[in-house]
Amino acid sequence: MEGKLKLEIVSAEQELFSKEVEMVFAPAEMGEVGITPKHTPLITRLKPGDVRAQISKDEIETFYVSGGILEIQPNEVTILSDTALRGEDLDEERALEAERLAQDAMKNSGNDIDAAKAKSELLQAAAQLRLIKKLKNKGKK
Amino acid sequence: MSSSKEIRTQISSIQNTQKITKAMEMVAASKMKKVQDQMNKARPFAEKITNVMSHLAHAHPEYESEFLTQRDVRKKCYIIISSDRGLCGGLNNNLFKQVLEEISKDKAKGIESTFSLVGNKASSFFQRVGGNVIAQTSHLGDKPTVEQILGVITKTIANYLEKNFDEVYIVYNTFVNTVSQLPNLKKILPIVIEEKISTYDHYWDYLYEPDAEEVLESLFTRYIESLVYRAVVENLACEQASRMVAMKSASDNAMDLIAELKLIYNKNRQAAITQEISEIISGAAAL
Repeated sequence: MEGKLKLEIVSAEQELFSKEVEMVFAPAEMGEVGITPKHTPLITRLKPGDVRAQISKDEIETFYVSGGILEIQPNEVTILSDTALRGEDLDEERALEAERLAQDAMKNSGNDIDAAKAKSELLQAAAQLRLIKKLKNKGKK
Repeated sequence: MSSSKEIRTQISSIQNTQKITKAMEMVAASKMKKVQDQMNKARPFAEKITNVMSHLAHAHPEYESEFLTQRDVRKKCYIIISSDRGLCGGLNNNLFKQVLEEISKDKAKGIESTFSLVGNKASSFFQRVGGNVIAQTSHLGDKPTVEQILGVITKTIANYLEKNFDEVYIVYNTFVNTVSQLPNLKKILPIVIEEKISTYDHYWDYLYEPDAEEVLESLFTRYIESLVYRAVVENLACEQASRMVAMKSASDNAMDLIAELKLIYNKNRQAAITQEISEIISGAAAL
């Protein structure tokens, strides 16, 4: 085996793995792929499953990914891993939930933003803060 | 002048408040550290995905997608990221003020606004003032995850793709330092890819599996998600910093108040003693 691959597995929340490896196996959407150095640039989605990184002949590390994107450059493999289980149904469910929460929250208010009311409310808050500051300075004198 | 007993109870109640604000200050300080860590941990993903995107822009300059196409702006959507809890100074109000300014500028140009909200404070603000809110989430806690904000993002992106609005912005506080947080407005859709100077000067392109459109769509979605997630985490760091500062000044104020009240209390006590002595002396003199 000549050359090594730089494998990086990152999720939006943290970096999971970053090391030179000999070979990577990943659960791509169209079937599992094995990647060795000098692979053609490729970009594909991942299914939930295990990513295996062969660091040396007898050292293999396994990571579970719940999906994501696999990007391959000749000497670099990047896995943008998802942290949450995805899928159209699940995503839609989450979207509907967010929408429902919004509707619940806005049940009693108009569809159009009441600029005057908003402004007065912010002014009030700002005035309170100013007053507190003033009182504090007065106390210091 | 109030009686000594009254002043004493007042002092002890202020001392109790001070204990609470002090504790909150320390809790906020330690939480802030943790959130800053979380902020740093999110960086590699953002760098990687930006890299992939700029490779793409290089490989595929003619590629067209709804995610990238500029449209005439008639409607805008703001994803507003606020805190869940209060007692953090003017953090949220400054943010809302910025949003209002933006909206009134838009209104003058005839642009309508839609909102997606993250955090309790934003939803209660818009509850009171009204507005077209399409999605909302709150109670993210001290360690927000991507999953918690996925609903809002998915809903917003879906609406964007259906052309219900032409531009999407996120509004959140940026962490300058512990004492300074600035409200910030950032355009996230359509995506503007910064083309980095690539090391590959010959033309090349990826192989896409199953096909370019699908892969790119999920790539763009994740890019937006990571942007919003980072904004949420940064805003949380701001919240903790702002709370720390607010609680510190509250503790200081309590200390000032206590000092003042103690002075009055001691004066009172002395006056009472003096009075007592003079009564005894004048009594003795009368004998």
